[in-house]
Amino acid sequence: MKDRPRTQDFDWVLLAIVAAITTLGVLEIYSSTHASAMAGMQWKQLMWLGLGVAGMFIISRIDYHTLMDQAPVLYMIGLGTLLIVLAIGQSHFGAKRWVSLGGGPNFQVSELMKLIIIIVLARFFSEVRTDRLTLPDLAKVAVLTIVPVGLILMQPDLGTAMVLVPVAVVGAFLAGIEWKHLAIGFVLIALMIPLAWNMRKHLKPYQQQRIETFLHPEENPRSAGYQVLQSEIAVGSGGFWGKGFGKGSQNQLGFVPVRYSDFILAALAEEQGFIGVCVVLLLYLALVLRLVDNAQKAKDRAGMYIVMGVTAILGFHVVRIKCCFVLQHRRIACKI
Amino acid sequence: MPSWRVNDQKIPQGRLALVSYVFVTIVVLLMVGFWKLQVVQSGHFADLAERNRVRSIPIIAPRGPMIDREGRVLVDSYPSFSILLMRDDPKSLEKSLSQIEEGLGIDHGDLRQALDAAKSEPKFMPVIIKPAATQADIAFVESHRADIPVLELMMVQRRRYPHDSMLASAIGYVGEVSVQDMDQSDGHYRPGDLVGKAGLEREYNDQLEGTDGMRRVVVNSVGKVMRTLDNVEAIPGRPVQLTIDYDLQAIAETDMQGKEGAVVAMDARTGEVLAMVSRPTFDPNDFSVRVPKEEWQALNSNKQTPLLNRAIQAQLAPGSVFKIVMATAMLESKAVPENFTAYCPGSAVFYGRTFHCWRPQGHGTVGLHAAIVDSCDVFFYNVGKQLGIDKISFYASGLGFGRRTGIDLPGEEPGLVPSEEWVERVYHHKWYAGETISVSVGQGAVTVTPIQLARMAAAVASGGTLVQPHLLKSFPNPKVDHFVLSENTVEQVTQGLYGVVNEGGGTGYHLRLANIDLCGKSGTAQLMSYDAANRLGNKKMDGWFVGFAPRRNPEIVIAAIVQDTMEHGGEAAGPVVRDIVKAYYDKKTARSQQQATTDSPAGPNSTEPLVATVGVQH
Repeated sequence: MKDRPRTQDFDWVLLAIVAAITTLGVLEIYSSTHASAMAGMQWKQLMWLGLGVAGMFIISRIDYHTLMDQAPVLYMIGLGTLLIVLAIGQSHFGAKRWVSLGGGPNFQVSELMKLIIIIVLARFFSEVRTDRLTLPDLAKVAVLTIVPVGLILMQPDLGTAMVLVPVAVVGAFLAGIEWKHLAIGFVLIALMIPLAWNMRKHLKPYQQQRIETFLHPEENPRSAGYQVLQSEIAVGSGGFWGKGFGKGSQNQLGFVPVRYSDFILAALAEEQGFIGVCVVLLLYLALVLRLVDNAQKAKDRAGMYIVMGVTAILGFHVVRIKCCFVLQHRRIACKI
Repeated sequence: MPSWRVNDQKIPQGRLALVSYVFVTIVVLLMVGFWKLQVVQSGHFADLAERNRVRSIPIIAPRGPMIDREGRVLVDSYPSFSILLMRDDPKSLEKSLSQIEEGLGIDHGDLRQALDAAKSEPKFMPVIIKPAATQADIAFVESHRADIPVLELMMVQRRRYPHDSMLASAIGYVGEVSVQDMDQSDGHYRPGDLVGKAGLEREYNDQLEGTDGMRRVVVNSVGKVMRTLDNVEAIPGRPVQLTIDYDLQAIAETDMQGKEGAVVAMDARTGEVLAMVSRPTFDPNDFSVRVPKEEWQALNSNKQTPLLNRAIQAQLAPGSVFKIVMATAMLESKAVPENFTAYCPGSAVFYGRTFHCWRPQGHGTVGLHAAIVDSCDVFFYNVGKQLGIDKISFYASGLGFGRRTGIDLPGEEPGLVPSEEWVERVYHHKWYAGETISVSVGQGAVTVTPIQLARMAAAVASGGTLVQPHLLKSFPNPKVDHFVLSENTVEQVTQGLYGVVNEGGGTGYHLRLANIDLCGKSGTAQLMSYDAANRLGNKKMDGWFVGFAPRRNPEIVIAAIVQDTMEHGGEAAGPVVRDIVKAYYDKKTARSQQQATTDSPAGPNSTEPLVATVGVQH
């Protein structure tokens, strides 16, 4: 059974939304870096975008059922690579998460695990033949997720490890998790937070510092909390209309750290203001809604799980990056 | 076909819709958050962003110079560079340390210590690692801007004392502001600011210190200056003109070279201090950078106390100079007849104890005049016995002893005038009458400072006018005390003091100057009793000479003390007084001659054509 899409089957609306988001990203990268030592960063970004688009068309020719057939193999490959990374991986910023691909760019293998977990969980949920997810099934999902999460945590890379969780949560929800199980899950997570807080002493110093930084950025404005604080200043000072393209002082003078990647939103918020932020947020909302719409129209549950797995990861990234500023802001507001 | 491929299940539309609602809610919450951040609080953050972008760099105001009464520079400032170490990038800091140590010649331990000391300070506060950078140091920093970005130069104004230790005791020195001063200044001082710590530098700190300026620059996040916004120039400190006469000061300094003691020369009419020396002394240039710890300890633990300004802080027995007070008390109180005479066999017994005269063979029968001229101790023992301690104390206090003169220098000492009341208050016993005999010749409990002694002599010779000594040329309203003395007293005492220098047999006869009515009184204070000194073979003494000229209403008065000497006061300290008085009159004569020439009808232009014109006229 062949189920390959034809060109007219592509969701062109979805592609248009993605194109709009990436265009804004490239422009903002240009604005952030053109006057610095990192000038030309936007070409790098465009190159990767080109590669991404090419990869997208190639993968679209593959029937996702074929990929799902190989789910157990892919899962083993993923776990194996994670173990190899732990054994021989290069240490970057105090964490082993990169594998050097002989002269090429370093490859962060936990990124690969994101795609694998989507396929593996989609396959698992498809095998549940009822509309109700039983407790044993839920336990299996938990084990399938926790193993890679644990391995990534050991690198240690809290950020990527956490990204895998929403794939399982959204999947389980669609697979018919019982409401009471969902409620118990949330309660458990809520109970885990103070426990995790007490465990923080066992974290790596840089992670402890990251937590401290997030909670008390103003205590040492030039070192630990610097990035968060400076980004917040960038966002806040942008105001309603923004300072204009290429005119954000925080951005242009280099106060916004890694403004070409993690903090690109801060750069955008400063230069394009609240309006710019709203445009981006609404674009992402449109993207997610469009993806959900695709899931609703999926031919089978397997397709739906794949689409929603991607949606979960994307949505989580959007929320995480953007929440930074908002949460930060809340905390300050409380103090005042 | 595996079971999972069987497409017989409906898509859970409801739950999918719920997922999208959750995301919509999150996006709305995010928008509310950004609204608060970017719209409600945007002013606050705009402020922070502005401050971020603009860094204020202080421009240190130079301290005002000090000049002498004729405008000659005694103290000034010069621009210099301090090397700062930026600490906000620990990584590149660690990397560069060994290179910095080598390039700037800083000891590894010192550099570590400086960094450790600043550990508790915010990271953006740089540390000064080299306060006075040499040309080579500056070149090193400039040439390594790219590879050692953690070094920065700061221009500072450093104090310079071009004449080294000249007048040092009066000038004092500057140093980094203390924590207490900083707390009291209400934010006026920042750590590392230089303030006057002693002497005139401290007394007139407010006038000398300027207002620091500020340069506002736009910087990027690594602190690199992108452009300058504005410059608020520093307002330099105001100059302080002193009453000191450089020429007289130089002579006093030279005469005191290698000696221990003090000199103070003052205009007897106004209280203007013309010269002030204290020996041993220090070089304030040593303090203008940062005193090495060992050097500071050496200065402080030195038994000879080089940091003490003996002209105002040494409280010493006045010895025979006190006989001026005794003679004044005798004549003014009339408790002893004017024509009182005493027979001096070289010693006398009072209250069962033998008191020696400085001349073992004795002076024979002497009256007041001869007793002053030849400084007969036995005569004044008898006067003292008849006056009693309270009368002596009254006149000594009236002539300014036992209280500060009010000179514009910090740390002046009051000296001590003993009295019955004082002994009872401090020692809780009655005054021993025998003490009065010692006090009569300036020994015992009475102590004075050189500045008090100079003022006393000026007061007696001017009929009882005590002026407030001062070093600031524009000193506002110097205080004048009147302790009115009768004409007869002034005449008789000054005649005696004139005789000391100008009569054969006077203890200062070797000091006489042609055409100058130099008067004075020598004093030699034993550091221990005659018997103890003889027993120990220690003949060390404090030699005083107080002189003034002319005899009545003097212009200049000088007190000099040479301590720890084998010579009598007239020999040890007298020449210092004579040299200064002579220089004073030489200058005065030269000035009046110059005035006479310029005042001539030929016109006030220059001397050269003037002579020619005069020649033509005659």
